[in-house]
Amino acid sequence: MNRFSDFMLPPAKSTTAETTDALFHFINVTSLIFLVGITIAIIFFSWKYRRRSDEDVTPVISHNNKLEITWSVIPLILVMIVFGWGFTGYMNLITTPDDAYEVRVVAKSWLWEFHYETGFVSVNELHVPANRPVKLIMSSDDVIHSFFVPDYRVKRDVLPNRYTSLWFEVTEPGESIVYCTEYCGTAHSNMLATVFAHTQEDFDTWLETAGSADDDMDPVELGEQLVTRNACDTCHSTDGTRLQGPTFQGLWGSEREMQDGEIVVVDENYVRESILEPNARITKGYQPVMPSYAGTLNDRQIDAIIEYLKTLQ
Amino acid sequence: MATSEAKPTNKIQVRRYKPEEYPEKHYLNEETGIWAWMTTVDHKKIGLMYLASLAFFFFVGGMLALVLRTELLTPARSFMDADVYNQIFTLHGAIMVFFFLVPSVPAALGNFILPLQLGCKDVAFPRVNLASFYIYVIGAVFTLIAILTGGVDTGWTFYTPYSATTGGNVMMMTLGIFILGFSSILTGVNFITTIHKLRAPGMTWNKLPLNMWALYATSIIQVLATPVLAITLLLLTMERVLSIGIFDPALGGDPVLYQHFFWFYSHPAVYIMIVPGFGVISEVISTFSRKIIFGYWAIAISSLAIAFIGFLVWGHHMFTAGQSSLANMVFSFLTFLVGIPTGIKIFNWVATMYRGSIDMKTPMLYAQIFLFQFMIGGFTGIMLGALAVDIHLHDTYYVVAHFHYVMMGGMVMAFLAGLHYWWPKMFGKMYSEKWAKFSAIIIFIGFNMTFLPQFVMGSQGMPRRYFNYIDQFQSFHQFSTIGSYIIGIGFFIMFGYLLYSFFRGEKAAANPWGSRALEWQVSSPPPLHNFEHTPVIINGPYDYHKPMSEFQLGIASKHNGHHAGEKVDISTTVKDKA
Ligand code: HEC
Ligand code: HEM
Ligand SMILES: [Cu+2]
Ligand SMILES: [Cu+2]
Repeated sequence: MNRFSDFMLPPAKSTTAETTDALFHFINVTSLIFLVGITIAIIFFSWKYRRRSDEDVTPVISHNNKLEITWSVIPLILVMIVFGWGFTGYMNLITTPDDAYEVRVVAKSWLWEFHYETGFVSVNELHVPANRPVKLIMSSDDVIHSFFVPDYRVKRDVLPNRYTSLWFEVTEPGESIVYCTEYCGTAHSNMLATVFAHTQEDFDTWLETAGSADDDMDPVELGEQLVTRNACDTCHSTDGTRLQGPTFQGLWGSEREMQDGEIVVVDENYVRESILEPNARITKGYQPVMPSYAGTLNDRQIDAIIEYLKTLQ
Repeated sequence: MATSEAKPTNKIQVRRYKPEEYPEKHYLNEETGIWAWMTTVDHKKIGLMYLASLAFFFFVGGMLALVLRTELLTPARSFMDADVYNQIFTLHGAIMVFFFLVPSVPAALGNFILPLQLGCKDVAFPRVNLASFYIYVIGAVFTLIAILTGGVDTGWTFYTPYSATTGGNVMMMTLGIFILGFSSILTGVNFITTIHKLRAPGMTWNKLPLNMWALYATSIIQVLATPVLAITLLLLTMERVLSIGIFDPALGGDPVLYQHFFWFYSHPAVYIMIVPGFGVISEVISTFSRKIIFGYWAIAISSLAIAFIGFLVWGHHMFTAGQSSLANMVFSFLTFLVGIPTGIKIFNWVATMYRGSIDMKTPMLYAQIFLFQFMIGGFTGIMLGALAVDIHLHDTYYVVAHFHYVMMGGMVMAFLAGLHYWWPKMFGKMYSEKWAKFSAIIIFIGFNMTFLPQFVMGSQGMPRRYFNYIDQFQSFHQFSTIGSYIIGIGFFIMFGYLLYSFFRGEKAAANPWGSRALEWQVSSPPPLHNFEHTPVIINGPYDYHKPMSEFQLGIASKHNGHHAGEKVDISTTVKDKA
């Protein structure tokens, strides 16, 4: 059973995963019994009652009410068990414990932002304490996305016009993958993130130092980090390759042609505008897909990115 | 009615009409020429025109699927861009659903077979029938224009607000599907009327072939559900063109409302796609077991029950979308209820085989493949109906596998069963049993290789509509892709032997399977107007214990009045029992 479970399901790392898995196995086993039974019956009948001659006469068995009732009622009982089980599991999934630690999640095409109580924002990396319920309050900046952590067996759509929430309690420190499971366009399949579950102490230290280390970092170094931390590098390369967006290499100081034919020189203001209001001016040959980082990056961070861009000649 | 009941002495004289073997004149060689075909109101020809279009779309959709699977051989980009991939899966899904599966059994096989099974000369509104074909073609043209003018990358579900903001020609595509819907509605209306009004004398509701019950249930869904899709797509178009906020939150609309609208059609549509298949399977299993169908009423009523409950379960596509937990509970509950009538059917079919005289011809082989694969589709549906589990599995490859088991493993197999079953009737030719069985087995192997691993992948968390994926899943994806090539080979073989049969095939007898059903009591291919006489029904369509002669009765006199309420005097016919 354990082997089978490991083959079929990812490791169960949340407190609610167990119920889901148990039901998953129950349905699989019950279905398998029926499937095998009926398939054997089909094969057996096909062989046992194969046509022997064209004159074969078959008995008149038109119906049997007792049988009809049996094979309606037994499955009915089984599916009602499954229904009740599934519903209880679901109620646990949506009833958030009161003492849950809250993280605000913003989905943008195509990245995940996590806002913590300290004001710190991490992109595509969610840090949470283990052994404590965590509640995510989620919304989207554009189209519908969906937040899915297979290891925790939780999933919830993230909508543009309202908040949705989701909770889980991680049972042990470790890493798990996050997928976007609502189709959201070009880079839907790149909209991944990682959850890092820490022990409470580790988490507290992480939260304290997160961002504060930035203060005493050299601006270029910080800029480089921010570009990875904010997932700029999923769309912008630094080595000249063309991804979703133009490469950063040689960008600084160059002349860019916009969609409407306007020529701009890449300077502080243009980069700033590109980061805060990416759709104000679209570079020719590209789609308007860059998310806005207004509210995510502060002035100091934008300056650092600018300093970093200057070095990429 | 009343008058004929008042005069029970009013009996009609019947006699036996043996079908002419290898007829010289039939619907295929009367009224030939391209113009005669294009303006024909003959349901059989219209059915064949649908069949040809479906074959074309299935080919296109299938090739697209192979392209998708090839791209998925490697975790990152193999040979196309993400945007192209997204357009291709959208096209594949939309073509397979709207242009192939929805019209497959009803419009193609149904059109051909319905009047023959009812014992009438044509459907109730032959011209409307032709119109529905052309509406289908016009819808297809619009979709083609959409593809050529920018493509569509929304998925076949067109979820807002994505579909409202993405580039491409979404409007043209939705318009095409909007138009297509009318074709579906007209076919539905036509079938309902025909089944009510044009049954042969003596064909009471309890002697209606189960295939007719299935088409009847399907038609009801088509007529009631398709308008909702039409309205939804119209609203979507209005939103895009006129910027009226309905679904797009940027304009003050509600995207979840769209999902409700969409699934309110599309879930019943799932039953539009599968219920007609049930009809075919009932016919095939009874014929090749040469035995009376077990639980006629259970099968007939369960089709209607599925059609009815099917309207009330749309919310199971939105368990993670943020509906209230009450709504989720109700939808989950109702979803399980639909499972029951479906299960009942399976048990009844298997019971029909018990003590039958089973001839494992190609249609029967397909029917059994159907049973096996459809069961897997059904059981995994139960899995997805269980709330807590669906939260985990929703929008993963588990769902992809589930609906392919139902749509392809189930319905396409039922369609192939029907195609092979009625092929001799359609074209008067036999196909090679050997090659047909061979390709059925190839398709079976390929199909399961393609989609079984997807259950595992999905349970492990692989999301659907992913162009890239993490390395962990590569071996599953590769296995799946190899499977899909095997399916491709299977269909290629099928194309070959059917083509051969069409041109060079051995001539088919009127009733090569020894069936009791009415469509087999006319020659193969049938005459232009189906019956040279007015058929009279005294037995159920599956009464294999009664002699063949009793299934070939028709009104003795040539006058063509209505006889539905009259009693049948069989004394004259029993004499010439053969
Ligand atoms: C989802 C992909 C995506 C992400 C993530 C992204 N960008 Fe962009 N970016 C683009 C695209 C596409 C363009 C070109 C179209 C446009 O002008 O909006 C662009 C344009 C730019 C430009 C202007 C370049 C030019 O040639 O005109 C700058 C500067 C820029 N991005 C910086 C950033 C920074 C800094 C980040 C991270 C904080 C970032 N981008 C994250 C997609 C992205
Ligand atoms: C040759 C066999 C087939 C193969 C290999 C195949 C493959 C695929 C693939 C790879 C996808 C994309 C899955 C995703 O990423 O979400 C897909 C989606 C789909 N397929 Fe198939 N398919 C096949 C046959 C069919 C058939 C016969 C039908 C229906 C009649 C069908 C209906 C669909 C639908 C509705 C979708 C969903 C599209 C969407 O998500 O918008 N497929 N198929
Ligand atoms: Cu997404
Ligand atoms: Cu559904």
